[in-house]
Amino acid sequence: MMTLKVNGRDHQVDAESDTPLLYVLRDNLELNAAKFGCGLGQCGACTVIVDGKAVLSCVTPLLLLEGKQVTTLEGLGSIEAPGPIQRAFMEEQAAQCGYCIAGMMMRAQALLQKNPKPSDDEIRAELEPHLCRCGTHMRILRAVHRAAHLMQTADASTIQRSAQ
Amino acid sequence: MNGPLILDRRRVLAGSGALIVSFALSKASAQDQAPAAAAAPKPPGSLATAPYLDAWIRIDADGSITAFTGKAELGQGFKTAFQQIAAEELDIPFASLTVITADTRRTANEGYTSGSHSMQDSGTAIQNAAAQVRALLVAEAARRLDLQAESLRTENGAVIAPDGQRLSYGELVAHDMLHVEAQPVSKLKDPATYKVMGQPVPRVDIPAKVTGGAAYIQDMRLPGMVHARVVRPPSYGAQLTECDTAAVEKLPGVVKVISDGNFLAVVAKQQFQAIKAMVALSAAAKWKQTASLPKQDDLPRVLMGLPSQDKTIFQANNPEVTGQKTLEATYTRPYQAHGSIGPSCAVAQFADGTMTVWTHTQGVYPDRAGIAEMLRVPPASVRCIHVEGSGCYGHNGADDAAADAALIARELPGVPVRVQWMREQEHAWEPFGPAMVTKLKASLDGNGAIADWNFEVWSNTHSMRPGGAGSMLAAQHMANPFAVPAPKPIPLPEGGGDRNAIPIYKFPNAKVVHHFIPDMPVRISAMRALGAYHNVFSIESFVDELALAAGADPVEFRLKHLDDARGRDVIEKAAQGFGWQKGQKAPPNRGYGFAFARYKNLAAWCAVACEVEVVSETGRPRLVRAVAAVDAGQVVNPDGLINQIEGAILQSMSWTLYEAVTFDDTAITSIDWQTYPILRFDAVPDSVTVHLINRPGQPFLGSGETGQGPAAASIANAIANATGKRLRDLPLTRKKIKDAIDA
Repeated sequence: MMTLKVNGRDHQVDAESDTPLLYVLRDNLELNAAKFGCGLGQCGACTVIVDGKAVLSCVTPLLLLEGKQVTTLEGLGSIEAPGPIQRAFMEEQAAQCGYCIAGMMMRAQALLQKNPKPSDDEIRAELEPHLCRCGTHMRILRAVHRAAHLMQTADASTIQRSAQ
Repeated sequence: MNGPLILDRRRVLAGSGALIVSFALSKASAQDQAPAAAAAPKPPGSLATAPYLDAWIRIDADGSITAFTGKAELGQGFKTAFQQIAAEELDIPFASLTVITADTRRTANEGYTSGSHSMQDSGTAIQNAAAQVRALLVAEAARRLDLQAESLRTENGAVIAPDGQRLSYGELVAHDMLHVEAQPVSKLKDPATYKVMGQPVPRVDIPAKVTGGAAYIQDMRLPGMVHARVVRPPSYGAQLTECDTAAVEKLPGVVKVISDGNFLAVVAKQQFQAIKAMVALSAAAKWKQTASLPKQDDLPRVLMGLPSQDKTIFQANNPEVTGQKTLEATYTRPYQAHGSIGPSCAVAQFADGTMTVWTHTQGVYPDRAGIAEMLRVPPASVRCIHVEGSGCYGHNGADDAAADAALIARELPGVPVRVQWMREQEHAWEPFGPAMVTKLKASLDGNGAIADWNFEVWSNTHSMRPGGAGSMLAAQHMANPFAVPAPKPIPLPEGGGDRNAIPIYKFPNAKVVHHFIPDMPVRISAMRALGAYHNVFSIESFVDELALAAGADPVEFRLKHLDDARGRDVIEKAAQGFGWQKGQKAPPNRGYGFAFARYKNLAAWCAVACEVEVVSETGRPRLVRAVAAVDAGQVVNPDGLINQIEGAILQSMSWTLYEAVTFDDTAITSIDWQTYPILRFDAVPDSVTVHLINRPGQPFLGSGETGQGPAAASIANAIANATGKRLRDLPLTRKKIKDAIDA
């Protein structure tokens, strides 16, 4: 049994310590956003934020997360009250199948928390670890720019706090 | 086809004032048996095979409205488009209805979701069914109010009389009112009056996908569900010689180890326990392998050396026109992977004599037939329900995963079993897009026009989809296995290896030959656009080679050979949007390219102009910008259509510049994203622009695959324009470009 802090709440997790965070999030905590894509750290679909940094949850074992703060896409808002990056992806219709999108959004969120006004080149460089097979890249880039803009507005502050 | 599944209507309706039920498919079966009714005109789209209106539209007494489709949402966004169509023709608010997708107990049998057919088959059926339902409701209102139907109008889910009296659809529905066969002709709305169709309505599925909602089959969690993993053989045809499962059975959480011939699987309570047990089981298994794969470097020669069934599929003769200058070229395509980001997944549960399989298959009915055959049970005792998966772009591992789940769930009655493939399993075992070879030869006459055209294509089939159990890995690997069904060419006019092999251009002399190769050394099946990807790449590359030889502008040269008016419009629109100019010259190390096709010569038209940069020192190519124009008939959701074409261009660019399945003499060696690299953000273009040519009132034309061929050829032509070297062997990698520059 280990205590894992996810989206601001403590969870008692019953899983072996070598279990990758991805399976703890998906199976123990029943959170959908982080996706299994490769299990090898090659595609980015499993990305979450740990202590403000984008982390590949498929290759991060549970034992490394003691005392850390994990944020998943669920922690950035909901359908009823979407956070700025979620609103941005909805407004840009930045998905086809959407399987890769949650991971993309988490890395973009981590970038924007650190660098609120990234250049297009900086966004592209940051998203390099992520694969999208549908070819939605142009919309994803637009959505990240839009998210940066939305985060400048006042109503974004509460969301940003929860993702520290 | 299998016998229909008919809910007992009397039981469903007992004590209810609601009009409908599910629906009856009896007509579909009757038509299968009795094609004699040929004289009677059929209703349009899939209404022809599932003619009852209540197969498509259901209205409950409480006013709730549901539209049904037998097609599977794969991320193309058609669920939203269908909702727009139904809302428009029913005159109800978009948000007031829901759309139910492919389920063998609830929806019509629309076969596979493939070939860019969803809009034209299912969209057309829903449009006409909705229009006819509205007419029935108006007629019922007229009867009740004793008024002329013509005096009534519909608005917001109600029929409204001249005096303002409203009768809601829920009030009007009566017992069996919609359980009637569709008429051949519907009174459709005038496109000029559309309120919902033609609008960029936001996709209904995106909010859940960007907030962590349950959106995919991978997100399904049933009570008591266990996790399974399969251990696949190390290569095609490998035989299990030894496997001591005792140690694996004792691992933490392991519920069961299944060993059935060459089919190995492990089930555990938790997912990561299943993965660890899979690794242990894999280590315990000893296999006898056979070196059966062809030499990858020699693939075109190997393919052309295999026995083939040869057929001339097109011929035109005009002895008065003869060529003076002849060009020849051979184009090749490797095996390429669908490469879904999410490996295939399925959930199955065997309870009360029914095997229920939740699957991201593209064909719930064919999948049901295959699984039933594998389990040796009647199709009626299998139910397949489509749940969205990661984008598939054709026949990937979805059906195999469904069969895996069913075979495992049979061993654990009552328990829901979730199977997900590992990355290396998806990469090694998915059925790939087939390798192909095309040989072209053409001559120019004295005026620089094409006088004769010869096109030969060598290809496997492009569909080994289930229907038969033998198409599924689990059924091939089990102890009492099913043989892989004999491959068949997909007939024209749609075609498979010969899809788009017949030129859309008018040439005085032409001959097109399809060499269908039955032997399949590598596992293959349908991948987005089938043979059209390579055939259009070949034709449109060669047309550019001929234009260069004729000293003509590539756009002008195409228009000179094209009568098709809508095709000409698309070419002109793309050229204009790009700023294409005769005699233009790209900046240093850059090139411009153009290409065009009408998908299958019967679906959407698409032209792509692009600019490519080639780093001369390294040969590295980059698509800088692309401008496309598309005519897909009546546009239902312009943003959805643009999204499809943008995606087609970027995906085709990835196939064209980077992708080839690799193998040694025994096994597939491209087994992850390191060994099968695809597009990453550093190569994403600066801009992609899509221009739509809307055709109000014209039939919906599938658009999901129309961009693949034109994008590929446009990029190849731009590389040739930038470097002065023509590359004909896909993929057009950095190394091949560098070698060509240095040659």
